Order: sequence, then structure tokens, then C-alpha cells
Amino acid sequence: MKQSLKSVSVPAWNADRHLNNIVRDMPPSGIRKFFDLVSEMKGAISLGVGEPDFVTPWHVREACIYSLESGITHYTSNKGMPELREVICESVRSDLGLDYDPAEQILITTGVSEAVDLAFRATLNPGDEAILPEPCYVAYAPDILLAGGVVKTVPTHLEDEFRLQPEDVAAAVTDKTRALLLSYPNNPTGAIMTRSDLEDLADVVVENDLLVISDEVYSKLTYSGSHVSFAQLEGMQERTVILNGLSKSHAMTGWRVGYALGDPAMVGAMTKVHQYTMLSAPTMAQVAAIEALQKGEEEMLHMKHEYDLRRRMFVSGLNRIGLDCFEPRGAFYAFPSVKAWGLSSEEFAERLLKEQKVAVVPGSVFGPSGEGLLRCSYATSREELIEALDRIEIFLSGL
Amino acid sequence: MNEILEILSENAKTTPSEIAALLGKPEADVAREIKELEDAGVIRKYITLINWEKLDQSFVFAVLELKVALQRKTGYDAVAERIANFSEVESVRLISGDHDLSVTVRGKSMKDIAYFVAERIAPLEGVQSTCTHFILKSYKEHGVILTEKPKPQRLVISP
Repeated sequence: MKQSLKSVSVPAWNADRHLNNIVRDMPPSGIRKFFDLVSEMKGAISLGVGEPDFVTPWHVREACIYSLESGITHYTSNKGMPELREVICESVRSDLGLDYDPAEQILITTGVSEAVDLAFRATLNPGDEAILPEPCYVAYAPDILLAGGVVKTVPTHLEDEFRLQPEDVAAAVTDKTRALLLSYPNNPTGAIMTRSDLEDLADVVVENDLLVISDEVYSKLTYSGSHVSFAQLEGMQERTVILNGLSKSHAMTGWRVGYALGDPAMVGAMTKVHQYTMLSAPTMAQVAAIEALQKGEEEMLHMKHEYDLRRRMFVSGLNRIGLDCFEPRGAFYAFPSVKAWGLSSEEFAERLLKEQKVAVVPGSVFGPSGEGLLRCSYATSREELIEALDRIEIFLSGL
Repeated sequence: MNEILEILSENAKTTPSEIAALLGKPEADVAREIKELEDAGVIRKYITLINWEKLDQSFVFAVLELKVALQRKTGYDAVAERIANFSEVESVRLISGDHDLSVTVRGKSMKDIAYFVAERIAPLEGVQSTCTHFILKSYKEHGVILTEKPKPQRLVISP
């Protein structure tokens, strides 16, 4: 006889039982709390935005509109449109002097975010360690964990202008270490690594046979000298996976188009994961990226120049009103210290928001060594930056 | 391009102290350089770009295309300068193509401008023909889009 369902004891629905442990245990991003606070605050000036304030240049948008009119709406090859791959390899050859084969050594991704995830998933085995300099962008550690890896953070310090020190990396290496993540110009610090800084690091990398995953999404926003990639160092190209995109350089954050460059085996492995998860990066964004790279140099330089003007004004302004700030040489962030004011970075940021309606991101969100510092984005209008400096000055006078 | 001019051409209200901060130069140097540019006539005037269409009481603008007989010695200059002297005239330009001078005129009404052209411009010696185009709507002036919609919002905080 058929048994009635009611007669057996059915366990109550427990969503937790159906969640992946790594995902379940992952804390929400520390930025979330600030996002909610700022969203409720009317009339706040936000220096907390990690993207350009410029809208994508019109010629790029126009090229995309034309492509939609022409019906270019299908999937592309998994690796991305051949023309885009060629254009990127050409621009990398001219910027870095490095050759990458458009057929084998480049993958177009859905933003650099996807490329970071792919790089860890394609290279780490469960229990493998990846070294992560911090403070850093909030996605790296979760991506390492999701790939089954183990995060080994290495702090960087204000005294070194947040450049990664080779001896700190060496001290963090174990026999399980496989990869080192580099992210320069850096979010949140604005730090860069010069060629000689990177050369010092190369010895540790080679001695310990590490793979370098280098997120260079802010490379075009380097204000003193030109950007140097770890891959440019003698013999380092094959050990380096370069991740980059057009979000910051060409004000194209919402388009979601990035790329990975590296050894064919490395890019091939990333392509395998990409083809089963993303299939291909958005076609219209790839078309727009071709236009931006072929014809967008002038507008890109114009935006960079504007950031540079604001950088000088804002950083000197912070120092003038009493927030000590080292000179950030890349990206569009200033990272001033509040240590002299006797508040933690989170307390400072919360009170500044409530009392003077200026939103900044506490440095601690980006890792413990960001404590006592604030990330202030100068990707906002000059008028707002001047107003924000005035408000911060008033806030400091009340402390 | 001169960096100070670049900044002022975007916003004439930028003060010497703000320019100094943007360029990382001493304020006194910036003020002196601006003075020199003014004295040399490179900086001609600081004007305000007004979207007249936002006001009830607006102006009427017209573009005049003039054919002008070339004069011995003075070429187009004498007649162009005579036209430029009228306070109704906003701009006078010598241009290539099938007419010679392009003149922008401002008036209170279409009738105003029509009379001005008939009485002041057309009879001028050297002016062979005039063609008046009234401006119906202005979309962009001096590099500024007048019909621009509010800027799209960004997330207030993003990583």
C-alpha cells in the first residue's frame, strides 16, 4: 500500500544545508554597510566611487549603436572577436613592447572581474596558497577562496608608500604557495611599483617558482613615468598573466569588457572555464572596445589629464587641512592617514558622513593594513572635491 | 596647449588659487601668467554662456550669409570691420565656400533683424547679396550641449 507522506517525518526546509560552505561563510563586503549609509543620506558628496565620473566617449557609444542597428548581436568566439584580440595585442606591443599571439595568448572576458576569477580557478588546486598584498581590491580574497585556494595576505605599509616589499613576500611563501597577485597602480592606495621595485620582487618569484597574476586595470592612469608590467622584466613574460580592461582607462565600467594575456597553456585553461560559464563576453561591448582602442586615444588622454589635475589639487588640499597623504602616483585614489586624529578609519568615515555628509571608504575595508587610512576617490568633479575638502576641514576643526 | 588657458577655456571662473592647486604651481606665478596673457590680448574677455531659451524673454538670432566684392588693398577687411562695429552683430567670420562672410546677429524680434539687415547691411558698399537664416533652436554652443539631460547616476559607493 502506498505510504502517506504525512506519516513519515520530513525534515524542515533548511536553506543552509543547501548552500556551499565557502559561500555561506563568506562575510559580506565591508563596503556594503557604507553603501547603505550613504544611500540614505541626502546631499552627501561621495568620494567613495571606484569608477570614472566621465560617461563613455560618444564615438564609442555611437559605434555600439551602429553595431546594434547592423544586427551584430550573436555570440562571438569563446576567446572573443578576432579583431578585438588583434587590436589589444597591437596596443600591448606598443605600450609594453611585449608580443602576444592573438590566436593563443589572449582571452576576452566579461570585465577584469571575470578574468581575476578565471585566473585563480584555472591555476589553484584545493589547498594551494596564493599571496595577496593588502590593502587591496575586495574581490581577490573571495575569488581565491571560491577557487579552493588559501589566502596568504602580505601587508604593505605607508612608510613604503604601499609598495610590496620582496622580503615580506619571501616570508609568506611556503611549499604550498603557487601564485602571487599584483595590483598596481593600486586600488585603494594609488601606489605604483617602479621597474626597480618589480625587479627586486622578481628574485623571490623565480626562487619560489611562483605564477604572477597581475591586475593592471589602472595601468593607463599612471601619473609619473609610464606603467611597468611585471611581464616586461627579463624572462618574466611566461610567468605572468596580465589582466586588464577598458573600464578605467576609457570610462567603460558598465560595458564589462576585460582581457587576460599570458602563456598559451594558462590562457587556454582560463578559456576552458570561460567557455562553460560565460561562453563569450558581451558582443556589443567587444565592438565598443575595438572602437575605443582604435580611435579613443585622445579622449583617454584627456580624461587622464583631468584626473591628474584633480590629483594635485586634492592631495595638496588634504595635506593642507591636516590629513597626511603620500603622493599617489596611479589610479584615481588618495589614501590619507587619520591616525593623528585618534579615530579608527571606520569611526572617522561614519562621523564624517553623519556630521558633514562626505562619504569616504574606511581603509580597513581593504584589509587590516588599511586601518587608520581612508580611500578617497578623486574621480569626481573639481567642484565636488573642493566642497568636500571644505567640509572635511570643518569636520576636523570639531574633533 | 598652455595649461592655464586650457583650464580657463573650460571654466572662466576658475580662480588663480584653484588653478595653482590643479597645476601644482605657486599662486603668484599663475596670477602673473594670467595677467601677461590678458595684456598680450591672448585672453580677450571672460564671458558667460547663457541658455537664453530658458528665459521667457529671449532673443532672436540669425546667421547672415553675405557675398562681398573684394576691394583693392583692403580685401574683405574693410567691409568686415564695418559690419563688426554694429552692436547687433555677435560674430563676423570670413569663410570658404560659395559666400564670403558669415555674420551672427542678435535682435529682439525677427522684424528687428530683418530691418537691420535691410537698412544697415544690405546697402553697404561691397555687399552684393545677403541671405538671412533665422536660428530656430540651439543645441550646442561653445562646446556645451544646451539640451543635455541630467548626468546618469553612479552607485554612491563602489569597490
